[in-house]
Amino acid sequence: MVDQLSPLEPVLRTGRHGHLADGVGVRLAETQPGSIVQLAAWPGEEKALIRTIKQVTGLALPDGAGGGACGNGKAAFGFAPGRFMVIGEDENIAGVFAGKLSQKTGTVTDLSHGRTGIRVSGARAEWVLAKLFAIDFALPAFPVGSGLSTVHHDIFAQIQRSGADQFDVYVFRSFARAFWHTLRLASEEVGYEVR
Amino acid sequence: MIITCPYCGPRDLSEFAYQGDGNRKRPDQASTNQKAWNAYVYDRLNPAGEHNEIWQHAGGCRRHLAVTRNTLTHAISKVAFAAAAGPKRSAARRKQGKAG
Repeated sequence: MVDQLSPLEPVLRTGRHGHLADGVGVRLAETQPGSIVQLAAWPGEEKALIRTIKQVTGLALPDGAGGGACGNGKAAFGFAPGRFMVIGEDENIAGVFAGKLSQKTGTVTDLSHGRTGIRVSGARAEWVLAKLFAIDFALPAFPVGSGLSTVHHDIFAQIQRSGADQFDVYVFRSFARAFWHTLRLASEEVGYEVR
Repeated sequence: MIITCPYCGPRDLSEFAYQGDGNRKRPDQASTNQKAWNAYVYDRLNPAGEHNEIWQHAGGCRRHLAVTRNTLTHAISKVAFAAAAGPKRSAARRKQGKAG
């Protein structure tokens, strides 16, 4: 097995940082999943693709914009019409989908080495992310499991809410260190812990 | 200015890229009609009021959108996926996988 090399490795300083007078506002961590896979359905095949995602991951995605689900070390969400991200601990999710997904339904792209997953959690997670993205992070507007695609200046990001106060942000690997730097600066005022 | 993407919902202007006038009609690829090509490339209505435009949600779902925007007030009265709002491709061309 090949060792995972993190783009954040040179700048990842574990421990507590920033303004800690009121405790730790957010926890930051790299998720390092085994697989990050993008699936795209041909027009009209979206429902068939959602069924295949359920077959492979056991996650039942609600039909609708940004619908998603997470659990058992797996996560999936829609981020554009007919396009889905699937993330999991298993290192061969792309291979499993390639075997299960009919050519008539859609395509599989393995992005495991192309994206970096960063988890932002804690009581002030909404506050910190709202400073970076023009998105309504409130729970009613952005329910648990759902995902979306947005941008911080030139850094594209796919974000899934994986808990009431927990978000998983997927950025291009080559932008990960720059985004991490921005995220640390944004977290400084609330106090943050890196794991 | 906020554009309500049919998929992503209301998003800030900074996520969108302007893709030009939505009123243009591209002449047939084989056409040698100079007037038609000139009109396609250069002629614009430049209205003071409602205007059909194509925007791409480049910082989101990356879909192209057909937007009706008032050039005086920036009020947006209509947004749809450009693929749904635009001219339909003929079934024969679609089968051959050709754009058009």
